[in-house]
Amino acid sequence: MKSLSETVVAAPAAPLRRGRKIPSFNALIGGTLIALLILLALMGTVWTPYDPLKLDLMHRFNPPSWAHWLGTDEFGRDVLSRIIIGAKTSMWISLLTVTFAITAGTLIGLVAGYMRGWTDRLLMMVNDAMLAFPGILLALGLLAIVGASQYGIVLALGIAYTPAVVRVVRSTVLSLREREFIEASRVIGNSELYTMLKHIAPNCVTPLIVLATSMFGWAILSESALSFLGLGVPPPAATWGNMLASSRPYLATATWLGFFPGLFIALALIGINLFGDALRDRLDPRMSQ
Amino acid sequence: MMGTMTALLSVRNLSVQVGIEGPLAVDDLSFDMAPGEIVALVGESGSGKTMAARAVIGLLPPPMRVVSGQLRLGDVELIDLDSERLRQIRGAQIGMVFQEPMVSLNPTLTIGEQMAEGLRLHTDLNEQSIREKSLTMLQRIGIQDAERCLGAYPHEFSGGMRQRIMLASVMLLRPALLIADEPTTALDTLAQADVIGLMLELTREQGTAVLFISHDLSLVVRHADKVVVMRHGKAVEQGATRQILLGPKADYTRQLLDALPSRGELAPPTGQKPLVDIRNVTIEHPGRQHFLRRSPPKRAVDDVSLQIAAGETVALVGGSGSGKTTLGRSVVGLVKPCAGQILFEGVDILKAGNREHRLQCQMIFQDPMSSLDPRARIAEILVEPLRHVPGLSSQDREQRVKTVLKDIGLGEQFASRLPHQLSGGQRQRVAIGRALVRHPKLVIADEPISALDMTIQKQILELFERLQAQYGFACLFISHDLAAVERIAHRVAVMEHGKLVEVGSTAQVFDHPQHPFTRRLLSAANPLQRLADGSYQLRNTVTAQITQHP
Amino acid sequence: MFRLIVQRMAMAIPTLLLISIAVFALIRLIPGDPALLMLGDMADPASLAQLRESLGLDQPIFSQYLIWLKAILSGDFGNSITSHQPVLHLVLDRFSVSAVIVLCAVFLAAIIAVPMGMLAAWKQNSAMDLGLVTSATLLLSIPSFWMGLLLLYAFGLKLGWLPVVGYVPFGEDFWKALTYVILPIATLVLHETGVLARMSRASTIEVLRLEYITHARAKGLNERAVLWRHAFRNSFAPTLTLIGLILGNLLGGIAVIETVFTIPGIGRLMVESIYARDYPVLQCCLLLITFVYVLVNLLVDLLYPLFDPRVKA
Repeated sequence: MKSLSETVVAAPAAPLRRGRKIPSFNALIGGTLIALLILLALMGTVWTPYDPLKLDLMHRFNPPSWAHWLGTDEFGRDVLSRIIIGAKTSMWISLLTVTFAITAGTLIGLVAGYMRGWTDRLLMMVNDAMLAFPGILLALGLLAIVGASQYGIVLALGIAYTPAVVRVVRSTVLSLREREFIEASRVIGNSELYTMLKHIAPNCVTPLIVLATSMFGWAILSESALSFLGLGVPPPAATWGNMLASSRPYLATATWLGFFPGLFIALALIGINLFGDALRDRLDPRMSQ
Repeated sequence: MMGTMTALLSVRNLSVQVGIEGPLAVDDLSFDMAPGEIVALVGESGSGKTMAARAVIGLLPPPMRVVSGQLRLGDVELIDLDSERLRQIRGAQIGMVFQEPMVSLNPTLTIGEQMAEGLRLHTDLNEQSIREKSLTMLQRIGIQDAERCLGAYPHEFSGGMRQRIMLASVMLLRPALLIADEPTTALDTLAQADVIGLMLELTREQGTAVLFISHDLSLVVRHADKVVVMRHGKAVEQGATRQILLGPKADYTRQLLDALPSRGELAPPTGQKPLVDIRNVTIEHPGRQHFLRRSPPKRAVDDVSLQIAAGETVALVGGSGSGKTTLGRSVVGLVKPCAGQILFEGVDILKAGNREHRLQCQMIFQDPMSSLDPRARIAEILVEPLRHVPGLSSQDREQRVKTVLKDIGLGEQFASRLPHQLSGGQRQRVAIGRALVRHPKLVIADEPISALDMTIQKQILELFERLQAQYGFACLFISHDLAAVERIAHRVAVMEHGKLVEVGSTAQVFDHPQHPFTRRLLSAANPLQRLADGSYQLRNTVTAQITQHP
Repeated sequence: MFRLIVQRMAMAIPTLLLISIAVFALIRLIPGDPALLMLGDMADPASLAQLRESLGLDQPIFSQYLIWLKAILSGDFGNSITSHQPVLHLVLDRFSVSAVIVLCAVFLAAIIAVPMGMLAAWKQNSAMDLGLVTSATLLLSIPSFWMGLLLLYAFGLKLGWLPVVGYVPFGEDFWKALTYVILPIATLVLHETGVLARMSRASTIEVLRLEYITHARAKGLNERAVLWRHAFRNSFAPTLTLIGLILGNLLGGIAVIETVFTIPGIGRLMVESIYARDYPVLQCCLLLITFVYVLVNLLVDLLYPLFDPRVKA
């Protein structure tokens, strides 16, 4: 059973242009969007135009204006400030999630792919069982255990994404094992451990980078989705997801409340996807050479 | 002479460019083909020969395009012909066979379907006749169960078989011109001879002209009427085959001819006692696991005994599946024999703690692209084996790496480069350097030059000879290419289906082959022998069909 | 062929068992007394004691698992804590609602995306190709719940063409029911078309580079025949795998769409059950969705030989 992650890593959206030294269109736009969002998030750690949690009942439901660029919500809170904080929260959660999944997955994948035998079979059995939970289902189930909170989401999503990383790392290791330079390493007399660390692990970096980029996007999306469902970061903390959720009753009357959070999620994902594509194109020819 | 007959194909000043501003892949190429004539386009990679052939049939891959010239088939101008008419000509008048048997047939359609396609397009035959014709053709090419073959899929056949089937389906349409683009490059020597033989038979029968694209001059020279030598897109020289062979005018042609291997003059091996003693070794591959059952193990190497003296080069030749690679890998310790012994300097290599063997026995692999770690710099690759040599300071190591780099003919600037920045030949030099940096007593070379261009092959072989004289190592040289082997081997061992069928000195095996398989290999290998007076002679083998150029 | 089906089904069984162990473990890991979790805080001591016995809570964990497995296999999923109805019936009911939406969406997305992807690959680097890749990337980057809200706003609130809230089962009134599912299906279609078009394009590009395509052209076949007879069958397989994965993914994440459009499907049921700590329902939802996912992948596996005879039948 192939996993979504392997499909992501294996089949790029084939390049529109021949690989050139200059950064491609995708990389530029994607990179710019990502950079902007990171800047926004970083800014959010030190300053926002207004206090995102402060209620201002005199100015509820203000449409976008010069005072409040993106308007105010049902409690009079400045939407832009909340979006900035939301950026910070989303980025932070996604970063932690991806770090968790990549670290755990790489360790397990390396061991499984290199050791083979019973270790491999056992690990893959557990891995396949976890992969059998499609999409965010496993995360949902895990949230029932750990409870909804910032770190709860990191744990739930991190565990849910680890099997995908294991799969990719393991299959890279398996294909590398058969390459002649690994045999050459053995012929030279290097130990198995040395070969694994010096020759196999570094060559896993490229597919991991590609996967990590995509995973970052999944994490942002999943976190928003879970918050939207009310299982994520609880209000009054601001994340894009729960801002969307609370905007629903006012869809007709204060549409900006639903428009902007979703727009930012979309921009983040567009940026990540475009950048990820460009990255894959650039790294791919060297991978397959 | 030629002028009175209308040429079948007339190429005039053909130029093909890469994109709008790119370089010229084919530069002002002109040549003629008479009906039924075999014309060879010979050149190394990048010579433009494939693009020229593609231009003739109108299948240039974008962004390549024809920028100038004329292509006449009979009296029809092919360039700028409307696509409808061009498609009518394709298949029916011009047929093409390709290089890679693995991807040249559609894996999801049956053989019968693919053979019928062309007939359905270009003829009015009904299904019944199409089927009959296909069956006849399959039988003609030697397929036993033609009925079953029609309903089978390509993956059920070997590479050689697939090429034959592709030939059959193309010739079924009786084209006037057949373009053969390196049709046998991906096959081993025997399969190669097979497919070429079939191609010649079929084209002779039907009077089809053949445009034969190849990088292998010796192959081409045996069968072609006319040769066009190409380099960097230009036709460097062209003329009747004999003329090119005996009186080459261009320097490059002379270079190519020089690159044809010849019998080497070798210093005799230094040691008397065998360095490596392979005794009755049998190696089995475990069978494939099928759910709960396991298929019976396959014998890759069957009771083989062979000795290699110090400083000696023993060539191990055979077709694919002969077991030669497996045997080589067992000598270096990558594969364990299930019976028999391998002694290195008198000690069993499998004995625990036998570090001598590991230190003294190294391997050069076949594929220069995959035998070097893509993430390691050249200097790192060369210094790694020295980890296991006790008593070397880091200065010593650096020095050794510098020395090896010089010896393999690469400048110091290569030390910090990555493998993908080097050409195939340069990578193979690095692989050789890596094997030699520890000054081993024995080197196993597994098809080290098969993946390279002809002139590069010659360079690498020369390097190898030089290094062997300098470092004094023994070598087990595994190859399917007999010609290369003739130059550097003291002795030759021939394997077939895991068994050693003949062993002897190079002169013995090449001039007086005993075993029928050896003879087949030799006659399939197209060895051209350069005589003292500068003329060429095709090797004297037992097969009667070989003609001699005086 | 029959042997293949049996073989593949047999291989799926260990996976199903593992999933059951995973779900069992998941539920048991939830902090608290299992019997209390199953019956809810309001339960009386007598039924609690009875349940404890029948669950075998005094026995080793492995026996507890077996007891649990036996109950599951006989269709006894217990009763919902909130509604006190048998769980299986409730879950299946809601599942059928979700399944219809997901199946329609994926089907529509496939028949739009696959040909578009192939056309774009054929005319690689043309304006149309550029347009397709850009729009596909855009579509798949836009979160479906936002898209859903926007569509709801446009078609439901502003234009008033479609209902905004609620759901009508198909059994009751076909046309009315249709109006309720158009928007959710459309939202999903837009998203999945992006994903599938990219994959279809990528794998067609891969195939078009191969020699047998040039060979087909060398025979004189016109482009349409080359694309359809030769390229399609060979390039479809990876897209087919992706379709299977998407179906699964959608089933796992359908909750968001159902929340936006207030559809009474299995996604919302699951989320509600987490809020309400209605663990019998949660357990059943998890089991059902994963079971269906395994089945879908099995089907994809079985369809594979149709497109690639190299896969041993």
